[in-house]
Amino acid sequence: MSSHEHAPVGGRLLTPVTFFCVVLFILALAVLGVRFVHGLGSVTHLNDGYPWGIWVVADVVIGSALACGGFAVAALVYIFNKGEYHPLIRPALLASLLGYTLAGVGVLFDLGRYWNFYHIFMPGYASPNSVMFEVAVCISLYIAVLWIEFWPAVLEKFGLADAKKKLVGTMYIFIGLGMVLPMMHQSSLGSLLIVFGHQIHPLWQSMLLPLIYLMTAVLIGYAIVLFESCVAAAGYRRSIETHLLNPLAKVMLGVLAAYLVIRVGDIVARGALATAFQFNLQALFFWLEMVCFALPFYFVGSEAMRRNPANLFLGGLYLLLGGILLRINSFLIGYMPGDNWSYFPSTGELVVTVGLFALKIAAYIIITRRFPVLPREQHAVAA
Amino acid sequence: MNARRDFFRKTLAGAAVATGATASAPVQARDNLQLSPDALGLLFDSTLCVGCKACVAACKSANNLPPDYNTPAHGLWDVPLDTTAKTFNVIKVFQNGKAEHKDRVEDGYAFSKKSCLHCVDPSCVSACPVSAMTKDPKTGIVGYDPDACIGCRYCVAACPFEVPKFDYDSPRGQIGKCELCRHRIPDGQFAACAEVCPTGATLYGKVADLKVEAKRRLSLKAGDMTRYPRGDLSNGPDRSWEGPVAPYVQHLYGDKELGGTQMMYLSAVPFHNLGMPTLPERSYAAKSESLQHGLYGGLVLPIALFGAMTWVARRNSKNDEHGDGGEQ
Ligand code: SF4
Ligand code: SF4
Ligand code: SF4
Repeated sequence: MSSHEHAPVGGRLLTPVTFFCVVLFILALAVLGVRFVHGLGSVTHLNDGYPWGIWVVADVVIGSALACGGFAVAALVYIFNKGEYHPLIRPALLASLLGYTLAGVGVLFDLGRYWNFYHIFMPGYASPNSVMFEVAVCISLYIAVLWIEFWPAVLEKFGLADAKKKLVGTMYIFIGLGMVLPMMHQSSLGSLLIVFGHQIHPLWQSMLLPLIYLMTAVLIGYAIVLFESCVAAAGYRRSIETHLLNPLAKVMLGVLAAYLVIRVGDIVARGALATAFQFNLQALFFWLEMVCFALPFYFVGSEAMRRNPANLFLGGLYLLLGGILLRINSFLIGYMPGDNWSYFPSTGELVVTVGLFALKIAAYIIITRRFPVLPREQHAVAA
Repeated sequence: MNARRDFFRKTLAGAAVATGATASAPVQARDNLQLSPDALGLLFDSTLCVGCKACVAACKSANNLPPDYNTPAHGLWDVPLDTTAKTFNVIKVFQNGKAEHKDRVEDGYAFSKKSCLHCVDPSCVSACPVSAMTKDPKTGIVGYDPDACIGCRYCVAACPFEVPKFDYDSPRGQIGKCELCRHRIPDGQFAACAEVCPTGATLYGKVADLKVEAKRRLSLKAGDMTRYPRGDLSNGPDRSWEGPVAPYVQHLYGDKELGGTQMMYLSAVPFHNLGMPTLPERSYAAKSESLQHGLYGGLVLPIALFGAMTWVARRNSKNDEHGDGGEQ
């Protein structure tokens, strides 16, 4: 049996989709040009009440969570020893690599004094008491780890078998790091909010925020694998790996059930439940979030439903939306800096966020067409 | 091969010992930081403030700050509605009903000062990843260093009083906030706002002295006459005047809030009417840092976790012949 379970998809690199994505990214660059010449205020709706907008929340907090597929699948394969998921690792790793790298780059656009960014890593400046310090350091390290974890695919592409063998022999160290670092910073992305105190609505302010963020990061990881596998299958007209995704959905539901028990239990224990029944934006968005977390039970809850790939797709999609809403809700909807402030992203902010996302998609397509990332098609192996 | 396995056995053993050590020690919850005996601050007595805004103008000139147009009459009127990156101090007014009676809620009004409270255990300092926000160990003044700042604005979002602000209008924007006129101290001067205050509503001094003065006022009978110091309470000169005592709310705001603040408030209307939030005594910084230290203190948990993960990953990737972990 060939050890090459992955293969490049092949085909043209310049397709209507990649072209469109690159155009979107160029638009984003134009907006960023204005931002760097005239300041953040020239293109964003950031204000004295809302110092953080979607560049922080969407590009970094959500963007990095969406990039947790690599972490979530690696946990299954290497920690829970479910080798059957191995074919899913590389595609998930690539998505993670792109997601995290662009989240890291995205931070630089948002930093008001970006030329000082290296202070975070410098003794004398670095302040380990700061949650943001921990997030920044762990994310930076993790980006490096992801590149190393993905490197075997690159070496394989160029036929450097020896080099690959050497690297693979030490890979367990990076796999270990690739477990610990995301656990640290995904939970800390939630901890960022603890120092905000009463400024965060009681539905989201909790000492369990790190656990809530960590569990949903894992869930988002599984959801994104479902989602991406379905989209990749549709886009490349390949068969869906239902035999893998189906049991994966079951694992996901187990984690989701545990999450919901903790999340609701925490709200009740803190006496914040009543605020969910008030008539306001926060309560409305809280219920939207909870409904999204509940819907996967309907779509992938039973064996019969799971057999239909469309349901796998929808189950993953709602779970993603739930995780995204949790992050938007706790950072923006539930952030209450006083009555006189409001924030809604500007066109410029949206263009940059969309452009970064488009770049990820284009890169994913280009790399999977040229590098051995996606699982080799069954019939291709047989032929 | 054996050496490597040995290495891992040792790593894991070390990690296990370390984990055991933390588990047996009580989780090191970080207490609130304590007030320095030499801490400097302000006492703002709303009942003495006449709303003249001399302090707003003095703050501008003492800090070399440009005009700040954020009222509708653009270009003609410099009346910032709140602190901004270019305005470190504003006087706000609470109004209710006909707004005819000073220091009363019913049809009344009252003034309040908004500037940095120089928290004893500041959220902004805990938040800042690069030590651009720092608390002076002696004076307790919370200062800002633009040369260190990366402009992440975590301090802006974290401050429970919405004090520090970022300048979004400049490509080299920076944070602006009151630093208790620390640049004037070497010349023997003190907070400009307190220096110019005609009634002593904003009073400067050592926090310990200010607290004694505040408690003295709270113990007086409303309607009696008393002397009100002005300027610098601790170092004089005596510029006090005599005036009537207002019916104070029996609370010194900032005495205990979030572990205390070095600018404190007295008022005759409830503090929430002045826009001051009701706050617990445990500082948010202590909460956040206790959690961080509990999870990451000495990197014990992460290292233990890393050891365990690496060990498991190694075992599981060994018999995984097709895997990237053991691919031939
Ligand atoms: S009031 Fe805000 S800016 Fe001032 S010390 Fe406290 S947390 Fe920092
Ligand atoms: S904006 Fe500057 S001062 Fe504020 S937290 Fe970030 S680095 Fe620190
Ligand atoms: S102490 Fe100085 S900087 Fe602070 S409000 Fe008063 S005048 Fe302004």
